[in-house]
Amino acid sequence: MTGPPEPAPDAPGPATVGRGRLGRWRDQVVALGWLVAVWSLLWGDLNWANLVGGLLVGGAVLVFYPLPAVSFGGRLRPGALLVFAGRFVIELVSASLHVARIAVQPGYRPRGAIVAVRLRVPSDLNLALTAEAVSLVPGTLILEVDRDSGTLYLHVLDTHGPGDLEVARDRTLTVERRIVRAVGSAAELRRIETDSPAKGTRS
Amino acid sequence: MIATIADWLGAGCLVAGALLGLAAAIGVLRFPDALSRMHAATKPQVLGVMLLLLGIALRLRSPADLGMILLVAVFQLATAPVAAQMIGRAAYRSGRFDRGLLDADELAERGSGSGPAGPA
Repeated sequence: MTGPPEPAPDAPGPATVGRGRLGRWRDQVVALGWLVAVWSLLWGDLNWANLVGGLLVGGAVLVFYPLPAVSFGGRLRPGALLVFAGRFVIELVSASLHVARIAVQPGYRPRGAIVAVRLRVPSDLNLALTAEAVSLVPGTLILEVDRDSGTLYLHVLDTHGPGDLEVARDRTLTVERRIVRAVGSAAELRRIETDSPAKGTRS
Repeated sequence: MIATIADWLGAGCLVAGALLGLAAAIGVLRFPDALSRMHAATKPQVLGVMLLLLGIALRLRSPADLGMILLVAVFQLATAPVAAQMIGRAAYRSGRFDRGLLDADELAERGSGSGPAGPA
């Protein structure tokens, strides 16, 4: 977003542009549905007053705080989604225990490193989801996102040499692959499966 | 019977979550620079909150409370990484980190001028 406007060499544009008014309407309706659901959950029960109130508040939010359209060209694959969720929980637990351990280990000063990882599917949605997931899994934290080239800059905690940087890079790309398998479109999926894990990721 | 088991599981989750929260606090206190501290503020902290919520859910067991707990969990998962990223980015840009602790810095090699010496 704040990166230099250097065009990515092979970025295929942020997914499909312009699915027409119908697609935009569908997105708005889905968003409204979510807002009504959140509103009802906040009040704690589902009745007509909450439904109407949720529709009013949700509609107002959508009108007064419009968001840029997120092009969701993929579809949900429940099996892959389960795999992603399961691995996510496992990695969240192991990452937490790891950080907790080095936090209480006496006299230990962890070293870190900042690595650049160029994602293979540079769509906004994938970038955001991967960044979120990566922040919570072992030893990595997003510092900067270069939206134009689809590059994430990560801070890696507790490194012991150059090998650990490659491990972090590979792990990030693995997370990306799991996300694309779960929610990506067919074209993105092909891209992920055919590309060999890119090593030279510097922009 | 089942209620007793749920109560005990909930109690276990509460203790585990509290311990993770404590470890996160110690990490924030002890880690050498802002970037490392953000690691402590995201991972153990988020898992700690999740365990606390799970423990509360196992104790309360009413639909209205479960909905609220689910909301808290979703928002926690969605916002903690964003907050950590904003703080990490601000720390990096203002140079508030220990370069001696970094094995590599590929963000500086980008050469866009938004490094620590770049515009505020």
